[in-house]
Amino acid sequence: MTAAVIAAPRPGALGRLSDALFRHPGLLLALLLAPPLLWLGVVYLGSLVALLAQSLFSIDEFTGQIDRTLTLSTYGELLRLANLDIIARTVLMAAAVTIADALIAFPIAYYAATYARGRTKALFYFLVMMPLWSAYLVKVYAWKLLLAKEGVVGWVFDALGIGVVLDAILAIPVIGGPSLSTSYLGTFLVFAYVWLPYMILPIQASLERVPKSLVEASADLGASPRVAFRTVILPLALPGVVAGSIFTFSLTLGDFIIPQIVGGSTLFIGQAVLIHQGTAGNIPLAAAFTVVPIVVMGLYLWGAKRLGAFDAL
Amino acid sequence: MTPAVRFERVVRHFGQVRAVDGVDLAIEPGEFFSMLGPSGSGKTTCLRLIAGFDQPSGGHIEIFGERVEGVPPYRRAVNTVFQDYALFPHMDVLDNVAYGLMVKGVGKAERRAKADRALAMVQLATHGARRPSQLSGGQRQRVALARALVNEPRVLLLDEPLGALDLKLREEMQVELKALQRSLGLTFVFVTHDQGEALSMSDRVAVFNEGRIVQVGPPEEIYERPRSRFVADFVGGSNVVEAPLAAALGGPARLASLRPEAVTLLAEGTAAAGRMVRVRIVDSQYHGATRRCLVALEEGVVGARLAVAAPAARAGGFAVGETALVSVDPAALWPIEDAG
Amino acid sequence: MPSDRKAPLPLTIAAVGGLLFLHVPLGFVILYAFTTEERSYEFPPPGLTLKWFSAVWDRPDVWSALRLSLEVAALSTALALVLGTLCAAALSRRPFFGREAISLLVILPIALPGIVTGIALRSAFNLADIPFSVFTIVLGHATFCIVVVYNNAVARFRRLHGSLVEASMDLGADGFQTFRHVILPNIATALLAGGMLAFALSFDEVIVTTFTAGQQATLPIWMLNELIRPRQRPITNVIAVFVILVTFVPILAAYYLTRDEDPAHRTGH
Repeated sequence: MTAAVIAAPRPGALGRLSDALFRHPGLLLALLLAPPLLWLGVVYLGSLVALLAQSLFSIDEFTGQIDRTLTLSTYGELLRLANLDIIARTVLMAAAVTIADALIAFPIAYYAATYARGRTKALFYFLVMMPLWSAYLVKVYAWKLLLAKEGVVGWVFDALGIGVVLDAILAIPVIGGPSLSTSYLGTFLVFAYVWLPYMILPIQASLERVPKSLVEASADLGASPRVAFRTVILPLALPGVVAGSIFTFSLTLGDFIIPQIVGGSTLFIGQAVLIHQGTAGNIPLAAAFTVVPIVVMGLYLWGAKRLGAFDAL
Repeated sequence: MTPAVRFERVVRHFGQVRAVDGVDLAIEPGEFFSMLGPSGSGKTTCLRLIAGFDQPSGGHIEIFGERVEGVPPYRRAVNTVFQDYALFPHMDVLDNVAYGLMVKGVGKAERRAKADRALAMVQLATHGARRPSQLSGGQRQRVALARALVNEPRVLLLDEPLGALDLKLREEMQVELKALQRSLGLTFVFVTHDQGEALSMSDRVAVFNEGRIVQVGPPEEIYERPRSRFVADFVGGSNVVEAPLAAALGGPARLASLRPEAVTLLAEGTAAAGRMVRVRIVDSQYHGATRRCLVALEEGVVGARLAVAAPAARAGGFAVGETALVSVDPAALWPIEDAG
Repeated sequence: MPSDRKAPLPLTIAAVGGLLFLHVPLGFVILYAFTTEERSYEFPPPGLTLKWFSAVWDRPDVWSALRLSLEVAALSTALALVLGTLCAAALSRRPFFGREAISLLVILPIALPGIVTGIALRSAFNLADIPFSVFTIVLGHATFCIVVVYNNAVARFRRLHGSLVEASMDLGADGFQTFRHVILPNIATALLAGGMLAFALSFDEVIVTTFTAGQQATLPIWMLNELIRPRQRPITNVIAVFVILVTFVPILAAYYLTRDEDPAHRTGH
C-alpha cells in the first residue's frame, strides 16, 4: 500500500487548469462572472446610458433632426401641461391599480397561506402562477371580449335586469365612457386583472413566513383574532404587500398596450413614448418620458427598501 | 521514521483572526491521534489544512515527508469523513462508496467489488442499493466511512463524525472505529470537542486552545498530569487549586490540579491519617454510578469550593447543608502552570 | 403561517372568488374560439363551430410569426441558461465586494418597466446603426430571461451543501469532474425549470419585442396587430388558445421540478 502521497495532476490542459483555478479562487470567480457581466454591462447598461444620453439631446423643430448638444430643454418639454397630464394620469392609474390589487389579493393570499394544506395549497399555487406566466396579450384580449358593448359583461348586466346600472356607471365623468372597453374604468379593470398574480405571490410568501408561534403568543397574551390580525399579522405581511406593489406600480407605469386596446383616446406614458420615438422620430422626448417611470420607481424602491420589503422577494 | 503528518510553525489567518497561531505537531504512522479543544480552537482548521481545503498562511505541512502546500485535496492520498457525512444525494450507497474509484478511472466491475467489500467492513453489505435519504444517521456515518476507506488513503481524517449520534450509538461507533483502525493499521486523525471520546479512543491527544496546541500526549498523561489550568479544567473538569488552598489541604503552596476523584469525603468525627479539613456540602448530584458533590471549606481557606466525585454508594449519606471532612493525598496535587 | 381552524366562510368566498376572477376570462377566450360570429364579440355566441381551427392553417402570416417566436425563444433561453447559471454560480459562493450590486444588476431588466428596456435597446441600436433582425430581438429577450434562470439556479445552489463539493474533491475529483458528477446532477432540474420559464416568458413577451423587432412579427406581435386591426377575430382566439396551451406545459413542468423549494423563488421575481 505504498501509493504516492501526492498524485500527479490529470494529464492535459484541463488538469493544470483545475489546479490553477483551485489555487486562485479569485480567478474562478472572474471567469464565472465575465460573460454575464459583459453581456449585462454592454447590452443592458450600455443601452440605458444611451437612452439617458438621448434624453439630454433635443430635436430641432424645423428639420426634425436630433441635435446632439447637451441640454435640459427636452425635460422642460415634459413640464408642458399636455405632458404633465399624461404623467399624472399614468401615476394615478398605477396607484389605483395597486390599491385595488392589494385589496383583492390579500384574501386569496391569506387563505392560501393560512388554510390551504397539501394538495389544495399546491393547487392554489399553481392556479396563481399559471396566469402570471402565460399569455399577457391573451388576458388583455380576453377582457376586450368581455367588456365589448355586445360582450359578456353587458349581457350579464342585461340578463340581471340592471342594464341601467351599467349605463349609469358609464355616464360618470372621467372614468366612464361610451363603453366599458373604451373607458378608464375598463383600463383600470384590465390592469388590475393582469397584475393580480404579481401581488398575490409576495403577500403569500410573507404571510407564510409569519411563524405560527407568534399568532399563538398573541392569543396567549389575550388578543382576539381580529386584534391579532391587525397588530401582528398585518404588519408582518406589509413587506409582501409593498413588494407586490412594486410590480403593479412599475408595470402600470410603463405599459402601452392595455391603454391602447382597452381605454379612451388619451395617452399614458408608455403610449407617449411609443408615439414619440416612432414616426415622430423624437427620440429625445421619448427618452425623457421614459426617465419618468425610472425616477418614480427609483423613489418607490428606495422607500420600499426602508420598509424592509426586499425580504419578501 | 517519517511522521505521517508534520506541521512546522503552521499559521492560518482569516483577516485579523488567527485561527491557527503557530502549530507544531508530528503524527506517527499507524496511530489514532485526536485533536481536542473547544469550538474555535483551531482543531478543525488544522484538519482542513491536512485535507487540503485550506492553505496555510505560513509554515509548512508534510504528509509522509512530502510538502503539500498548494496541493489540491483531490491529489492528496488523504480522505475525510465529514461531520454532516456529505453523502451525494443523487447516487445510491454503492455509487457513493465507489465514487473515489470512479473518478480515478477504475473499471466498473472492480470498483463495485471494492465498494461491496468496504460496505461489508462497516456492516452495511446489504444496503448498497439504497439512497442516503433512506438511511439512519448511524448508517450514513458508516457509508461515509466506507466511502473514505475504499480509496486506501495514507491518512484518514475524521471531523467530529459522532457528534450527531445519540449516546448509545456513539459509544458503539467508538468501539468500532477503534477496532477498525487497529485492524487496518491506518493513521487516523480525529477531531472532537468531547474529551471523553478523545480519551477513550486515542493513542495520543493534542489539546487545542486559541489556535495553539497546549499539550500533546497519551490520554493518561493529559488527564492525570495536565500542564496548565486550561487543560486541567477542559479535560475532566478538574479542580484548579490556588496556592493557599493547596497549602490548606496539606500540599506544597503552589497552583495545582486536583481531580475530584482524589478528594475523599468523610463523615465528621472519622479518624484518619493525614490532614483533614472541615467542609459544608453545597450541592450534591446523582450520576448513577457516581455522585458529584460541591463542598465549601469551613476552615483553612474559608469559602473555597472543591468538586468531589465518589462512588454513589459511599457518598450517598451526605446531605446538602451538612458538614463533613475531606482528606487529600498531597501527591494528588499535580502542579500546573498558570498559562492556558 | 398555517392555522388549524377552518377558514371563515367570507374569506373562503373571497379567495375562491378572486381565483375565479383570475381564470374565468381565459375560459371565455377559449369559448370564443368556437363562435361562428366573425366580426364582433357578441355574447352569447350565435353558434359554435370548429372551422376556425382549420382556417388557421391557411394563414401564412401566422406560421411565420410562430416560427420566429420559437426561434427567438429557443435562442434566448439557451443564452439565458448559460449566463444565468454562470452568474448564480459566482454569486452563491463566498461573499465578495460588489456582490449586492451585481445581483441588483441581474434583476434590473425585469424590475424596470419593459418599456425602459425596449426603448433603451432601440436607441442603442439606432446609435450603433444595428439593423433590426432576429439578433436584436434575441438580445432583448435574453437580457430579461437571465434573471429567471438566475433565480432558480441560485435557490438550488444555496441548497447544495458546500461539503458535497469538498467531499467530491476529497475523494479525488478535480474541479471539472466535481462539476460533472456532483454539481450538475444536483442543479439539473432547477436549470430545466428556469429554462422552461424563460422559454414561456420569451414566447409571450410583447413590450420589449415591439421595440426590437423592426418589421418582423413574433406571435405576440401578430396578435397585437390583430387586436388593433382585426381580420378574422376568431382566428385570434384560436391562436390565443394555442398560446395558452404552449405556455401551460412548460410552466406545469417547471412547477413539478421545483416543488420542494421556497415558493418565493419560483416566480423568478
